[in-house]
Amino acid sequence: MKRFLMWALAVVVVAVLAAGPAAAQAKKEAFKYEDKKGVIKIKPGQPIHIACWMVVAGPDASLGTDTKRGAEIAIADRGGKLLGHPVKLSVQDTGCNAEGGQAAATKLAADPTVVAAIGSNCSSEARPGAPILWKAGIATVSPSNTAPYLTDPKRGPDYDGYLRTAHNDKVQGAVAAEFASKQLKVKKAATIHDGSVYAEQLQGVFAEAFKKMGGSISSQEAVAPTDTDMRPVLTKIATGAPEFLYYPIFIAAGGHITRQVKEVKGLEKVALMGADGIFSTDFYKAAGEAAIGMYHSSPDFSAFGAGYKDFVAKHQKKYGEKPIAPFHAHGYDAALMIFAAIEKVAKKAPDGTLHIGKQHLRDALYATKNLKGLTGTLTCDAYGDCADPRIAVYKTAEENVKKLAMPETPFWKPY
Amino acid sequence: MNLKTWRERITVADFFMWVTGGAILLLIVWGSAATLASGRYQPHHWFDFLVFGLAQGSIYALIAMGYTMVYGILRMINFAHSEVFMGGPYTAYFVAAAFASSGFLDSHPVLSLAAIFAVSMAVSTLIAVLLERVAYRPLRNAPRLVPLITAIGASFFLQYTFRGLYGSGFQAYPVVKILEGQWLLGDFRILKFQAVVIVAAALLMAALYLFVQRTRVGKAIRAVSEDQEASSLMGIGIDRMIVTTFVIGGMSAGAAGVLYALMFKQVHFFMGFIPGIKAFTAAVLGGIGNIPGAMLGGIFLGLVESMGPSLFLDGLGIVAPYQLKDAIAFTMLVLVLIFRPTGLLGERLAVKKA
Repeated sequence: MKRFLMWALAVVVVAVLAAGPAAAQAKKEAFKYEDKKGVIKIKPGQPIHIACWMVVAGPDASLGTDTKRGAEIAIADRGGKLLGHPVKLSVQDTGCNAEGGQAAATKLAADPTVVAAIGSNCSSEARPGAPILWKAGIATVSPSNTAPYLTDPKRGPDYDGYLRTAHNDKVQGAVAAEFASKQLKVKKAATIHDGSVYAEQLQGVFAEAFKKMGGSISSQEAVAPTDTDMRPVLTKIATGAPEFLYYPIFIAAGGHITRQVKEVKGLEKVALMGADGIFSTDFYKAAGEAAIGMYHSSPDFSAFGAGYKDFVAKHQKKYGEKPIAPFHAHGYDAALMIFAAIEKVAKKAPDGTLHIGKQHLRDALYATKNLKGLTGTLTCDAYGDCADPRIAVYKTAEENVKKLAMPETPFWKPY
Repeated sequence: MNLKTWRERITVADFFMWVTGGAILLLIVWGSAATLASGRYQPHHWFDFLVFGLAQGSIYALIAMGYTMVYGILRMINFAHSEVFMGGPYTAYFVAAAFASSGFLDSHPVLSLAAIFAVSMAVSTLIAVLLERVAYRPLRNAPRLVPLITAIGASFFLQYTFRGLYGSGFQAYPVVKILEGQWLLGDFRILKFQAVVIVAAALLMAALYLFVQRTRVGKAIRAVSEDQEASSLMGIGIDRMIVTTFVIGGMSAGAAGVLYALMFKQVHFFMGFIPGIKAFTAAVLGGIGNIPGAMLGGIFLGLVESMGPSLFLDGLGIVAPYQLKDAIAFTMLVLVLIFRPTGLLGERLAVKKA
């Protein structure tokens, strides 16, 4: 009996000892916020850090500068604040290649303050970069990646943190093919890509669609993004006598092709078409007067939402020029989506510290539905495609090249 | 030499290399035969490939000159030479743009071109001379690896200095109207400025070669590269000869830079990297240290890049062969080095060094 009492006493003592601190702890942390990917805690007055990984240097700098400005205007529209915290936007250059994307993503992944990222610009950067970011629990919304692979159901769980406000090239390639065969009524086309995920997939989509519409593809060539002498490859293309040349690549190589194509025998009359990657004032600088009469597929600015006119006015005021590439509004919308998601999942602790769960944030981004953005209404599907794409074809006039200004009204629309 | 000594001399590695080389050669011959048999290309196509290759190759040759001469005299590879090539035309761009916007370029094209060349060559020369004075001269007696590392460092330093000076974007050279258009020779034709590039490069190289072979200074440079100590005993100022070498290299790189800019229009702070690597390859291909070798190597590389993908690969049914342009160029380098480890014209150098 005594023995039993002793045991009972011991049990009670242990129970009290164990329960005491636990109860005290529960009292201290009435606030509880958990996340399997980790929680970012932002003390009062500390900024919410959103990181851009974009190409802001080198020949394709116009692409990244344009999207960065979109995000900056989105922040300015909020007065620079979100949930009482200032918003900090940092920028990492990505170089428009896989190595640059990987380096930038690695740098962001090592920064524990990054809440979410906007980027990348070129699809080749996102391919190695997005998995690195998601491993660190950072969701990223791309304003200008268009390669189908990135939101393909087969992309794998590494890309779970990846979304985009840009269109999918399945749409853009088909529009280009429709334009070539229905509007220009050409029968034979050739394509050039530069080995990047973007260009290779886009010209592939174009070629498929063009063949389906009854056209034929004389050759599908490739160059390196750093190549300068395009005359030999163009001579090879000329042997197939195409009427239409589609090269959805980037600015440096695109400029060289545009300048050199008319010098090659047999291609003097070929119609030229590029895509959104070279639809930029810097491209006009690179290609010079040879760009006159060329076609580009791009998001249709005239189909953008009501706020777009205001946006352009703000852009003009803030940067002293009109937008310089096609993805400024997508940059704005990417920031908008991130703001909405943060507002949805962030919780304030009693001491004022803001808690943001990384997995929660990602889930909230994927749950974006009917969000009114500049580019249209954003609704994300299960693989992160959020755009409601309207692609049009623009034609370059002499004054565009002379004044280095983007064409304002589309030349042709499929709808 | 009997069979036994042969067997002792040939290592497994040698044998492997020869087999690899033979296989590549076989592939090239097979591919070329198949392409020619397919009849896809007309003679005028081949002529175009030839001209494009010559134009590109003569620019490589001019840059390669700088690599090979510096190697000849200092036994070091001046990796910053690609920045010497970039600095001149990038600076001269601002002169060209000013001429273009004031209309002077259209009214006095020859005079403007001369000014653009002069500015580019002067800037490139200045960079080359400063490079020698600041980065290489203090290390002249250091182990051979040290100046090599310095050269790479200097290369980065110069690239990012120019990036800081002129921005990270690119600039586009104006169009020179008198160089536009083409000359027709029956079924063949040649673009005017490519003809100009080829002729200008040929004249420059001829002048350089004569300078080195026929003048007293040229003789002194050759003497220094043969034996520094002996030539200094003969009363030749070593430092002066080395600076002269850098001046020549800088001038030819500056001229090559303008030709390059006129041909491709875009200039940016990173523009020297790829042509620099190619020109270095050309110098090795021709036999580094040997001036005619650098010329030959440059032209050879230009021709291979222009014709190779169509000639070697098209017949093998390889899709998009121009993506493999660089791979072909470097394969040719490997091939040449397997059969002639000293490069195409490198025999004398091997004797000299031994």
